[in-house]
Amino acid sequence: MRLPPQSGEWIIRSKPLGFRFEGREYAGFEGDTVASALWAGGVHVLGHSFKYHRPRGILSAANHDVNALMQAGGTPNVRADATPLQAGMALTAVNTFGTLERDAGRFLGWFARFLPVGFYYKAFHSKRLFPLWERMFRAMTGLGRVDFATPRLRTPKRYGFCDVLVVGAGPSGLSAALAAAEQGADVALVDENARLGGSTHGASELIKQVVAHPRIRIFTDTYAAGYYADHWVPLVEPGRITKMRARAVVVAAGAYEQPAVFRNNDLPGIMLASAAQRMIRRYAIRPAQRVVVLAANADAYRALQDFIEAGIEVAAVIDLRDAVPTEQAAVLAERGIPLHAGHVITEALPAKGDKRVAGVRIAAVATREASAEIACDGVFMSVGWAPAAPLLYQAGTKMRYDDGVQQFVPDTLPDGVFACGRVNGIHTPSARLLDGERAGSAAAAYCGCGAAKPVVVPAETASPTHPWPIVPHPKGKNFIDFDEDLQLADLENAIQEGFDNIELMKRYSTVGMGPSQGKHSNMNALRVLARATGSTPGAVGTTTARPFFHPVPMSHLAGRGFTPERRTPMHARHAAAGALWMPAGAWQRPEYYAVAGLSRSDCIHGEVKAVRNGVGLIDVGTLGKLEIRGPQAAEFLERVYISKYAGLKVGMTRYAVMCDEAGVVIDDGVVARLADDHFYFTTTTSGAALIYRELSRWNTLWKLDCGIVNLTGAMAAMNLAGPKARAVLAGLTDVDLSFPYLAVREGTVAGVPARLLRVGFVGEWGVEIHVPAEHGAAVWDALMAAGQAHGIRPFGVEAQRLLRLEKGHIIIGQDTDGLTTPGEAALDWAVKMDKPFFVGQRSLMAIAAKPRRQQLVGFMLPAGHAGEAPKECHLVIENGEITGRVTSVAWSPTLARHIGLAYVQPDRAQAGSQFSIRLTDGAMVIAEVVRTPFYDPDNLRQKEAA
Amino acid sequence: MPWRLLRFALSDKHPEPRMFTRHDALKPAYDVVIIGGGGHGLAAAYYLARDHGITNVCVLEKGYLGGGNTGRNTTIIRSNYLTPEGVKFYDESVRLWQDLSTDFDLNLFYSNRGHFTLAHTDAALRTSRWRAEVNKHFGIESEVVGPEVVKQAAPMIDLSCGGHAPILGALYHAPGAVARHDAVAWGYGRGADLRGVEIHQRTEVLGIDVAGGKVTGVRTNRGNISTGKVLCAVAGSTPRVLDMVGIRSPIYIHPLQAMVSEPVKPWLDPILVSGSLHVYISQSARGELVMGASLDPYEVQSTRSTFDFPEGLSSHMLDMFPFLSNVKVMRQWAGMADMTPDFAPIMGRTPVEGFYLDGGWGTWGFKATPVCGKTMSYTVAHDRNHDLITGFTLDRFRNFELTGEKGAASVGH
Repeated sequence: MRLPPQSGEWIIRSKPLGFRFEGREYAGFEGDTVASALWAGGVHVLGHSFKYHRPRGILSAANHDVNALMQAGGTPNVRADATPLQAGMALTAVNTFGTLERDAGRFLGWFARFLPVGFYYKAFHSKRLFPLWERMFRAMTGLGRVDFATPRLRTPKRYGFCDVLVVGAGPSGLSAALAAAEQGADVALVDENARLGGSTHGASELIKQVVAHPRIRIFTDTYAAGYYADHWVPLVEPGRITKMRARAVVVAAGAYEQPAVFRNNDLPGIMLASAAQRMIRRYAIRPAQRVVVLAANADAYRALQDFIEAGIEVAAVIDLRDAVPTEQAAVLAERGIPLHAGHVITEALPAKGDKRVAGVRIAAVATREASAEIACDGVFMSVGWAPAAPLLYQAGTKMRYDDGVQQFVPDTLPDGVFACGRVNGIHTPSARLLDGERAGSAAAAYCGCGAAKPVVVPAETASPTHPWPIVPHPKGKNFIDFDEDLQLADLENAIQEGFDNIELMKRYSTVGMGPSQGKHSNMNALRVLARATGSTPGAVGTTTARPFFHPVPMSHLAGRGFTPERRTPMHARHAAAGALWMPAGAWQRPEYYAVAGLSRSDCIHGEVKAVRNGVGLIDVGTLGKLEIRGPQAAEFLERVYISKYAGLKVGMTRYAVMCDEAGVVIDDGVVARLADDHFYFTTTTSGAALIYRELSRWNTLWKLDCGIVNLTGAMAAMNLAGPKARAVLAGLTDVDLSFPYLAVREGTVAGVPARLLRVGFVGEWGVEIHVPAEHGAAVWDALMAAGQAHGIRPFGVEAQRLLRLEKGHIIIGQDTDGLTTPGEAALDWAVKMDKPFFVGQRSLMAIAAKPRRQQLVGFMLPAGHAGEAPKECHLVIENGEITGRVTSVAWSPTLARHIGLAYVQPDRAQAGSQFSIRLTDGAMVIAEVVRTPFYDPDNLRQKEAA
Repeated sequence: MPWRLLRFALSDKHPEPRMFTRHDALKPAYDVVIIGGGGHGLAAAYYLARDHGITNVCVLEKGYLGGGNTGRNTTIIRSNYLTPEGVKFYDESVRLWQDLSTDFDLNLFYSNRGHFTLAHTDAALRTSRWRAEVNKHFGIESEVVGPEVVKQAAPMIDLSCGGHAPILGALYHAPGAVARHDAVAWGYGRGADLRGVEIHQRTEVLGIDVAGGKVTGVRTNRGNISTGKVLCAVAGSTPRVLDMVGIRSPIYIHPLQAMVSEPVKPWLDPILVSGSLHVYISQSARGELVMGASLDPYEVQSTRSTFDFPEGLSSHMLDMFPFLSNVKVMRQWAGMADMTPDFAPIMGRTPVEGFYLDGGWGTWGFKATPVCGKTMSYTVAHDRNHDLITGFTLDRFRNFELTGEKGAASVGH
């Protein structure tokens, strides 16, 4: 049943929508919320409460009605009071066992006396039985159900910028937006409702001006999810997040109307007066036929007008105040509505089955003696407000409790943050407009647009909020927190048990921890605490207001899920050659190249053999590639690497190891000197980004005369290695290939400018060829073509790992860990302690004075080792104690033995020593320490002159 | 329905005494002053009174009980560490945890859920094996398992993680558990209070008096106290308290953030951690998904939230569990983690006589709460470092005897 068309109503009567709730068909209109359509369809029980499964209806109709959470198909916890109705929706209540009609959880209410606050802390913890109880608890908790079939939703995000962001488009927000825009500011105006105007109604002149203003962007159906540093406010729209960076923020978020606390104050039909107004004006619903209005402020009497116009019979007004202002009392007298001043509702009386309120019992505040029972099917409460201040708190606003308006108001606002309207303690409609103008003008001025207008905002003369809208009842069920089903006694009992600090009370009783985050419960809870401890609300204070203002879907937060994958310029070549990929940080690298009919290890061994006997080519473009120039470039490298570079000759390279300040090995690479003041150097693939960042930090700190450029993505790199490599390269380059081992030359390869580094990582004659990334593929192709005659094969990371292991070269991060020093990793030769300074030097000095913890050694398993071979990270065990671990191990096709690297006790590090490795199943394997390199111990093959 | 709840039904008055006695004033002197009313400080007070008979103790808390990292962590308890020192220490802690509800007669919801550290790279798999082997050596249930075992425990997981971080295996630690974090502080607090320890909330330490290299007293906003022994257990505020006694430490403070979803019906039993995706997740007894990630990459002493945190974490959550797209995040928060260079804590005696430190807990102090209480109370009572903490003393930095737990950190740090 709907009222006749209301001016400015939100429903579109020409667009009826059908939907289902709890299996039954209903109809509403476009513009309805789920809750309004259901209420109009005669459904007043929208859900059951969290703990006792009590029937609940509409309380706020303002996105705080956690008891009206619903399951909409696969979407859990849909807020019926704020979710727009859509055709074909299939909804059920979330917190029922069975259906809403026959909820097996209803019996929990009978046990209420057994379930005092924190009852679950007080029992159920016998070691034997807890798992059973826990299973039961887990079955009973939770709200909506996750649907595992839901696909990943990819929601766009965008960045937004504005001068003044106004949060809230009620009277004060509209006024602020207009004032700021008129002064020249670029304004963004945000409101969570579908239409502008806040609690006011219809299209006012102000709204028209705001809508028409060219400098105001309007975001409706959008909430400001939180305030983050430097005016960074994510705006959550239905299908998107706009991350708004404002130069100033005006919080005009209004206030949440607060419920009164009396017995059975949760019965369907009992709601906030503002909720009733919304139902009437927006959705043309008469929320009840005969109501009692519980009042304590002027707002109640203003709302009365709406109720009467909607044809609601107002049976009585119960006013908590002893003295009702005459103009307010006159409203009632005119219409013959009885007024009970200085009275409270002590109890609401339920209709059969608790599905609706059937009446109220009232009493004088002073005597608490019941004076009357009034029959009604609705109770509309207008007893006070709590500021919607989370954004202000998050911004760092100091708030104070104002006794004049009985609420927290901003005391000291951070720079660039402004507040106006109800959140600022200004409630009178005309004053809210002025307060908005003041704040909007000041915010624009803060952004450099005009000067702040001196606007005088009259102070409130009467408090819109009653200081104690709470009535104890011996039988309880006077709810303070509707999300969590907490009664007055629960809080009092928590306080009695010593939880007499607002944060402790919250954590013990769970008040304010539900999905509405205490929007309708925190204020009353802190009043209860203040009264119980003889304190004041101001001294009690509030709990921390953390994001989010309303919960935000993970899909919105995640956005499109951008996970970039890096590919080298030769990626397509690898793919065409059958590469199997392995991730290396953000990069994809060929693990090996599959050959039809061959196993993984056969493929890898084939690649190894190609390098050892012929020629191979590997893409090493994922290495970090940095360039440093400047008069103090050499000095810089001296400081960040453990070896010396000042004396490195132009045209030569040198292995480079980096330590952190604790002397722990963190990276390695090769430094090439191209000129006195110009070096090109590499880092590990995994360390590239971090090392560049760290070096930039050092460079900033030391202020040396040099600059670092990260060329990792700009350069392609490949290593051509093997006895036939020189022959392959000879026809493609203008560089004289007789340049020595460890030298660097610049020239061209296949007509492309290139840097050639003679390196020996894989232990054969080899050249690392670095070319601009855009020519990488062409050079690769040229090398592969030239190599065809020599049987060239591309080789992957696995083959390279094996080749380097045969040479005993370490991989940082695999053969080192978070504590490995250069000495332990057998890199003593690289450490030049006689430099004036390098990062980690002091630590290494201290470490050098102590006995070595462990030593990295090469090892072999006995020839003909049958059985299982150790794996990396199997432990070295001596006399039942852990003395080390295997870091690398593999079957060497070249040596036809299992070889590896392991940390052992230093006294076991001499070649020929034996040690035991324990396998996963506990079996022990004996290994023998072998001098490295395992292959070509004198490095003759890689050093071989051209 | 347990019988013990019957008395609530039968009594007109709430039949529960205060858990924590209110003390209007500080006494002029105590045998031991504990700075910090979080889990660690209260646990130390509890064991000092219970095991060592030292009851003339006060706990000073600037805010409220358990309001620091005790109430801000994601409540995971495990002992699958990397170093022998760490493994032995946390194993003892897990043992204590298992009896704590009974000891306190307070249900901590200590819930054994099993803990998976997912490996998405062969490097992570190697580290998992390392940890498993070290753990097994010390008798701790810990093993490397394949993706199929992960799938069995969490059947709804996307093993490919959106296609870009396939799960290759995991380190499985059966004893992994969660507990109701606040209740741990309350349990220790109540137990200490019952034994005569004074707990003073809203009491801020302004200075510590040291004379001749010895602690002589503590100055607070509520008056001065003389004492010969001070235990500092203040997590993110450690450097500030150390300044008061002139001790230098290598501790640096990073924020660590977390977030929680709206309650949904339980669907996730185990605790899952992914280093590569920077995610840890469990589902609480209330149905909320409790989610954390890695440390913020910058040093700052602040508990302010940042927006990139829920953005990044949600994205990785959806990689693992795409069907959570419509589940809403309700709240985010932050704590201050006191990090050390080797990711192991700093515990025990210090160069200032009578000043004992329990800090450097970084991201994992919660799970150590009982064993810290045990060992620190011993250390304070006997002025001798407990055997289990000798690897964690402050002088290891001077002596370069670091205890490398970097590899055991749940997620990349």
